[in-house]
Amino acid sequence: MTEQLHEVGLTVNGAAYQAEVPARRLLSDFLRHDLRLTGTHVGCEHGVCGACTVLVDGVPMRSCLLLAVSVQGQHVTTVEGLAAPDGTLSAVQRAFQECHGLQCGFCTAGFLTTITAGLRQNPEPTIEQAREMIGGNLCRCTGYQNIVAAVLRAAEIGGGDAGGE
Amino acid sequence: MQVGSSYLGEPIARVEDPRLLTGGGRYLDDLGQDAVELAVLRSPHAHARILDIDVSGAIDVPGLLAIYTYDDLSGPLAEPLPLLIPHPSISAGRTQYVLAKDEVNYVGEAIAVVVAENRYLAEDAAERIEVSYELLPPVVGLVAAREAQQLVHRDVEGNVAAHFVQQVGDAAAAIAAAPHRLSLELSVERSASTPLEGRGVLARWDTDSQRLRVWTSTQTATGVRAAIAARLGLDLGSVEVITPDVGGGFGVKIVHPWPEEVLVPMAARALGRAVKFTEDRREHFISSAHERAQLHEVEVGFDDEGHLLGLSVRFWHDNGAYLPYGLIVPIITSTQLLGPYKPAAYRVEFESLYTNTVIVTPYRGAGRPQGVFAMERTMDAIAAELGIDRAEVRARNFIQPEEMPYDHGLIFQDGRPLVYDSGDFPATLDKLKALVGWDEWPAYQAQARASGRKVGLGLACYVEGTGVGPYEGGHVQIETTGKVKVSTGLTSQGQGHQTAFAQIVADELGVAISDIEVVTGDTRRFPYAVGTFASRAAVMSGSAIALAARAARAKILRVAADALEAAAEDLEIVDGMVRVKGAPGNEIALGTVAVLSNPLRYAFDEASKAATQFAVGDPDLPPVAEDDEPGLEGKDYYSPLRSTFANGMHAVIVETDPDTAEVAILRYCVVHDCGTLINPRIVEGQIHGGVAQGVAGALYERMAYDESGQLQNASFMDFLMPYVSEVPERIEIDHLETRSPLNPLGIKGAGEAGVIPGAAVFASAISDAEGFQITAMPISPSELFELRRQHAANAAQKGTQP
Ligand code: FES
Ligand code: FES
Repeated sequence: MTEQLHEVGLTVNGAAYQAEVPARRLLSDFLRHDLRLTGTHVGCEHGVCGACTVLVDGVPMRSCLLLAVSVQGQHVTTVEGLAAPDGTLSAVQRAFQECHGLQCGFCTAGFLTTITAGLRQNPEPTIEQAREMIGGNLCRCTGYQNIVAAVLRAAEIGGGDAGGE
Repeated sequence: MQVGSSYLGEPIARVEDPRLLTGGGRYLDDLGQDAVELAVLRSPHAHARILDIDVSGAIDVPGLLAIYTYDDLSGPLAEPLPLLIPHPSISAGRTQYVLAKDEVNYVGEAIAVVVAENRYLAEDAAERIEVSYELLPPVVGLVAAREAQQLVHRDVEGNVAAHFVQQVGDAAAAIAAAPHRLSLELSVERSASTPLEGRGVLARWDTDSQRLRVWTSTQTATGVRAAIAARLGLDLGSVEVITPDVGGGFGVKIVHPWPEEVLVPMAARALGRAVKFTEDRREHFISSAHERAQLHEVEVGFDDEGHLLGLSVRFWHDNGAYLPYGLIVPIITSTQLLGPYKPAAYRVEFESLYTNTVIVTPYRGAGRPQGVFAMERTMDAIAAELGIDRAEVRARNFIQPEEMPYDHGLIFQDGRPLVYDSGDFPATLDKLKALVGWDEWPAYQAQARASGRKVGLGLACYVEGTGVGPYEGGHVQIETTGKVKVSTGLTSQGQGHQTAFAQIVADELGVAISDIEVVTGDTRRFPYAVGTFASRAAVMSGSAIALAARAARAKILRVAADALEAAAEDLEIVDGMVRVKGAPGNEIALGTVAVLSNPLRYAFDEASKAATQFAVGDPDLPPVAEDDEPGLEGKDYYSPLRSTFANGMHAVIVETDPDTAEVAILRYCVVHDCGTLINPRIVEGQIHGGVAQGVAGALYERMAYDESGQLQNASFMDFLMPYVSEVPERIEIDHLETRSPLNPLGIKGAGEAGVIPGAAVFASAISDAEGFQITAMPISPSELFELRRQHAANAAQKGTQP
């Protein structure tokens, strides 16, 4: 018995895709292995670590908890879509490098997407709001100190433009 | 960056980052998109005999390619995995098979593997394999292991894998004769490295050349390579191991070979297909490795001033179901427990015990957090007993700077004498006291108490043996483009090695960071190496690379001196140009020097014409001198006599909630001495991450095994790994830089430091806040609440007695 396939059409980082996937194909696997956008990482596959966070119509969502078929017709932004088309890093990405907000880099895509959406909603966060903004993402390397600093720095250099579409 | 200025010690931004920030990282599961996938059927029981494995139900799953059980293995593959670090006091070393043979000893032990077109299908098939078991009684936890009513391994009496004693002087006599004596019983529970990326392996077998190429998320590429070659019966030269980007290690990925690191290559060779295994989170909890669980009994004798006259420690170490990593963790506990102190006599004895739980191997800190916990609880107990300030008792027992190098008279984890190379403990303590406001604390605490708040200040000191041998190597090559290629064999898991090592080379060679490329953990580039553990990468590979760069520099100057018709001593290298000092314009680019270093017959491009036979060379001499080699490169190894010893002291101020017993962190202060700082920003990042793991081990993380050996919290939902809300808002850091005399750059290593005093410093602070001594870590609010109740009840009972 081979698996039944379903049509799905969606936009990822501005490019339209049409694909046939099994109903159980996770969005994270679809992005990583079907579209080969491997910048989105999977740290827990149960919705807790936030490493797999992507923006779906601008809203941060955990791609390990979504089925690919369920994002029919929607716009997905992954970490690959955060820099400008000419490769210029977004304010959040630059702030991460300036503040040493990453070590192994495995959690980073999830933080970048989360913060990108967070700063769009609140372009001038206080330190408490910055901590809250990243409160649902796990990082084992940095102790979060420099990630919080990067949120504040991104707000400073971004001038409200967090990048990513 | 100014031309000619130094990169060493500069907090430059990491060269790794642009790639990692744009989704360009290549972690294990990002590779091998064409590979078929392997899933593992794991034991659901902690202790059982395997009666039968029936794979017939799995055979029709579409996309199935192969199923392997123990019976399919032969030769070295069918033998137990190696005991990596043998030690004379191991009386019963047991290691697991790559696939269980007859018996399973922990929930999660691999029983069968399935290879299918993708992971979904492989798991479908694995689910259909039926295994019948005869259940055996499990041994869970140290108390059960020590009682030994049940045995983990039938032939291992008392569950004892090893019994070990070390001593200097006669501690028992010294304690008996001491004016004051105390005894303490202490315990620390299990935790684990828990990198955000689990384990993973990809292998490709090249049928044409009969060669194997393996990528694995490891802390030792060379170790895995040797192990795979041995197990698969291949020449070392036919196996290449490449470490891709690794999403954190913290110790767990130093273990090798994991069963999957052997099974994936085996399947790749058998099937002639690329095969990949990517561990999921639950698998990481139940089938990788944990650490930390120990029970301690401390006896101490001291004089009226609090000087340690005799110290005797017995402890029991939970090594889990098998002993692949030998006794490294408990040996480190037994030696590093001494920290900055010098007891007049010391005896330590431990037993390493089997339990039916996941294996125990180093997790960042590697046995030190437990040792420091035991020592620092003892220091606080002495201070309380004598009514002396806690910092003062410690200071009185410090090894003094003028006593360095200090020989403890013990043998360390590397089999060499425990000799501290450097450190200034009194200065470190002074800095910490100033940073945290130690002298102002009593007044602050009294004021807080008066307003009904419970606040406590904790202090903990540690010494960390880092940079253990045997060696690492470095290779530096200047290409004809002027670019510099650097390689070393050990691996990276986020420590910024590419940046730090480039900083070293940039200074040694006078080239820009942007012209340097560093490769780590690729056996094709550097086949001799040990691995990344014990905070050794900067010390070992940093030193080796510095030496290799110096060798390359000597050759650059030699070749350039010839070309510029100047003496080598009169040359300098600035911004990629070799020039005669004080003679502007008389210069030659590094790339051209590289061209000239390799006498050519054939010109492959415009630049290379300069090195052809009618262009250069003295016709009366051989083109390559007898003691020389073509090319512009340097290679060297660094192999120290002994470990270097970093040290530090932490202080934390906590507030415990009078009603809920929750612990809030008000301030966290670190003073740290890791010798020369290559990149202060990276070092601070290491401390931040370590402190977060220290907080985790003190207040949150534990492995909740039930009595049947099921891990109840094997997910990020239930294992309380800290989010940002659990870590202090600020970590205040001050550095000391006492150089190590043992290596060319004076480095001492920084990777593990932040985590080491975690349990100790929180226990000290909570004890200070509560007025009773904390003896078991981690501590949850409900446990603290219960302790309060007990202490209140005891006090009330005492009050009613006449
Ligand atoms: S992988 Fe999706 S939340 Fe962890
Ligand atoms: S940088 Fe490694 S997990 Fe966050």
